[in-house]
Amino acid sequence: MADEVLDAKGLNCPLPILKAKKALNSVPTDGTLEVLATDPGSVADFQAFCRTTGNDLVEHDQTGDVYRFLIKKTA
Amino acid sequence: MSVESKSMSIIVTKGSLDWGYPPFILATTAAAMGLNVTMFFTFYGLSLLLKEFNPQISTLGNTAMKLPMGGMHMSMPNMLSAIPGVDAAASVMMKNLIKKKGVASLEELREAAVDSEVRLIACQMTMDLFEYGLEDMIEGPELGGAATYIECATQSDINLFI
Repeated sequence: MADEVLDAKGLNCPLPILKAKKALNSVPTDGTLEVLATDPGSVADFQAFCRTTGNDLVEHDQTGDVYRFLIKKTA
Repeated sequence: MSVESKSMSIIVTKGSLDWGYPPFILATTAAAMGLNVTMFFTFYGLSLLLKEFNPQISTLGNTAMKLPMGGMHMSMPNMLSAIPGVDAAASVMMKNLIKKKGVASLEELREAAVDSEVRLIACQMTMDLFEYGLEDMIEGPELGGAATYIECATQSDINLFI
């Protein structure tokens, strides 16, 4: 179970990233944030976001139209 | 953060609804990714900082502009722009689309930029030219000129002109 869950379904670029960044602020270091999104562009964007910020994209998958990202706050 | 020392500057020269999006999207996203961001607003870009804020789109000169409508894409010939009310109607259509598709409003992105401590510089010369004062603007912008921007640009990893 993630420390925080962010429902970004229905939101378009760049809102899922902006809201994820905000949500990460309240996650403790080594804690996790789960993001749910429907924006297909978020798949590439969350990978780039994590590579650039140094956070860990532990897993991402897709169920129907919903993309799920599990981010571990390491930075 | 691994990129704490990276930075980006954007010169913002246009103030219409469609031209307002790219600088604010890039600025807020870069700030979220840990970059220090500066936006330098000049000429029509200044209007994006006004308290009284009603950005519009124009069909004039927008030769590739097509808006989705009833499953088709409707093009917007330049001639249409001469008809009173067409640009206003196109702006309303665009804003409805933006809402429907879960795209942030420009106001939201502008707020996010201020909240994430993006440095906003209003060009002093165009402020004078258009007779704006800081009291016409949202809280946050500072005044500066070309030298202020150039100093910032020499220290930035990414410099964009939009």
